Amino acid sequence: MAELTREQEMKERLSPSLTDGHPSFHDVTEAVSIISEVKTHRNWYIALAITSSITGMMGLMLAYLIATGVGVWGNNQPVGWGWDITNFVFWIGIGHAGTLISAILFLFRQKWRTSINRFAEAMTLFAVACAAIYPGVHVGRAWRAYWLFPIPNEFLDMWQNFRSPLLWDVFAVSTYGTVSALFWYVGLIPDLATIRDRATTKGRQIAYGIASLGWRGSATHWKNYEKAYMILAGLSTPLVLSVHTIVSFDFAVSIIPGWHTTIFPPYFVAGAIFSGFAMVVTLMVMARWIYKVEHLVTLTHLENMNKVILATGTIVGYAYATEFFIALYSGNPYEKYVFMNRAMGPYAWAYWTMVSCNVISPQFFWFRSLRRNIPFMFFISIIVNIGMWFERFVIIATSLHRDFLPSSWGYFRPTFVDILTFFGTFGLFLTLFVFFTRFLPIIAISEVKGMMSANAHEKHYLDEAVAASEGKEPVGAAH
Amino acid sequence: MAEKHSIHGLVADFDSPDKLMGAIKEARKAGYTKMEAYTPFPIHGIDDAMGAKPSILGYLILCGSATGLTIAILLQWWTGAVAYPLVIAGKPFFSYEPSIPIIFELTVLLSAFVAVFGMIGLNGLPRLYHPIFNYSGHKGITDDRFVLVIEASDREFDATATRDFLAAQGADKMELIEA
Repeated sequence: MAELTREQEMKERLSPSLTDGHPSFHDVTEAVSIISEVKTHRNWYIALAITSSITGMMGLMLAYLIATGVGVWGNNQPVGWGWDITNFVFWIGIGHAGTLISAILFLFRQKWRTSINRFAEAMTLFAVACAAIYPGVHVGRAWRAYWLFPIPNEFLDMWQNFRSPLLWDVFAVSTYGTVSALFWYVGLIPDLATIRDRATTKGRQIAYGIASLGWRGSATHWKNYEKAYMILAGLSTPLVLSVHTIVSFDFAVSIIPGWHTTIFPPYFVAGAIFSGFAMVVTLMVMARWIYKVEHLVTLTHLENMNKVILATGTIVGYAYATEFFIALYSGNPYEKYVFMNRAMGPYAWAYWTMVSCNVISPQFFWFRSLRRNIPFMFFISIIVNIGMWFERFVIIATSLHRDFLPSSWGYFRPTFVDILTFFGTFGLFLTLFVFFTRFLPIIAISEVKGMMSANAHEKHYLDEAVAASEGKEPVGAAH
Repeated sequence: MAEKHSIHGLVADFDSPDKLMGAIKEARKAGYTKMEAYTPFPIHGIDDAMGAKPSILGYLILCGSATGLTIAILLQWWTGAVAYPLVIAGKPFFSYEPSIPIIFELTVLLSAFVAVFGMIGLNGLPRLYHPIFNYSGHKGITDDRFVLVIEASDREFDATATRDFLAAQGADKMELIEA
């Protein structure tokens, strides 16, 4: 990346440039649409072969589990929740960044979200799909997982317990998955119409024609569309906060020392956003390079995401400290014991991994040069996700593994089924991504254009000031 | 597709949102009322310029929210206190505190369904045919063209006079399209 000149830097601060160079509307259409139009690259098939094999392995592990029983996992007394719930919370948390970017940043009029929201929303959906696997099979008889929902049926002559946080969780996660999918589709409709209008083969015309529902971009269409989009953003904002709040109720509403704390809802939400943004950075760094959209997803976008990682990582660190302090200050010997045991007991290695990954590593983002350093942010984003996985593991395993009676003490060890299933969910996540990036517009074309048009007015005079010093050709489409 | 060769309207194709907005304002001044704009992205202020009424979608969504709220309360009360009352930890069969999460979730869920399907319905979609697709340059609408159609049913519409009027607004291209 070229060094910023002084004038450019001033301009950046006054009104951040969200596209590099000066692409025209057509350049944006071209750069994004071309990704799904070129002949499928050999590397795509290689990527698909790898990710789908990993997914297939997950399928085998799940089939083995369903055929044999949940005992093939390492969960056993006293650690009744092991990697399954750890992974469930991990994946749900990843999803949160997508909704945050698509809904909350929309309401805050953060224009920089437009280049990354489509991608982040896709990530939400795929992460929720990975998460949903775990409670679905952990119930034991997976073929009766629908008993979680209040569906009248001939086998179950009773109703769900609506006073249980586990049932709230069923509603929260399924609502979240559904609303995220709807929101995503609404945003896709105009862009699918763009691809439909560029389609050259009959098959593509029919497929994208049906998917875009006959969208024609009339002012009436946009009027209802914008209303729907605004209200969906308004609905998704409390929704995303409620989802991880309710996930945290799974723990907080119980009376287990280490879980029974009121700090959990905000602490879980901050952690979810933290891990989700880290995952967006991991994926975005790769995607913008592979698909040559560096001029649409600029270093400024990545830097903004790193700022969010710094802020939420610091909140998470503060929550760890508060939680620890309250445990010591509470005077409750069990609570105190659980926390001392977390930091110094048999799981101390996991606790300190969590602290170093989540609290220390994001602090590097105080430095602007590191926030704008792509290999470094890629590394930190992975470290953060490792740390956030450990956070859930620490909360679950350390609170359960020493029951009130020392005769009921134990130590959780994952089995190969635990490990391969978790590894397999990454396969599923990436397989869905591989399909997404091949067939759908990975950047919200109409939103980027709308943002460019709005920016063009306010930036006109600033642009003129730097035009002379810049002397840079507009970055056009990738051929 | 009633009669053959009946005219839907006159298309004027502009290369910028500003020109389109200018043309809409002038057309309204000139007394045209039946017009529609087609753009690649939503344009701020276009509804006011065209004199369009605000979307009624918000009210529909409110009905969806109320339905979700009612269903959630009735579901939790009826299953817990009427159909299958079960004592769990001595808690009341129905009380509002533990009912809030599901009340919230179902309210959001039904509102979102109405928002999406209401938007699609109000826009008359799915509809795979529309006269605008007869315009030879309609593919530009989802790319970088800003199109204004003055419909033939407008009282002021006159193939020649309207064409001259739109040319004066800076349209790059004009075309009569069939219905």
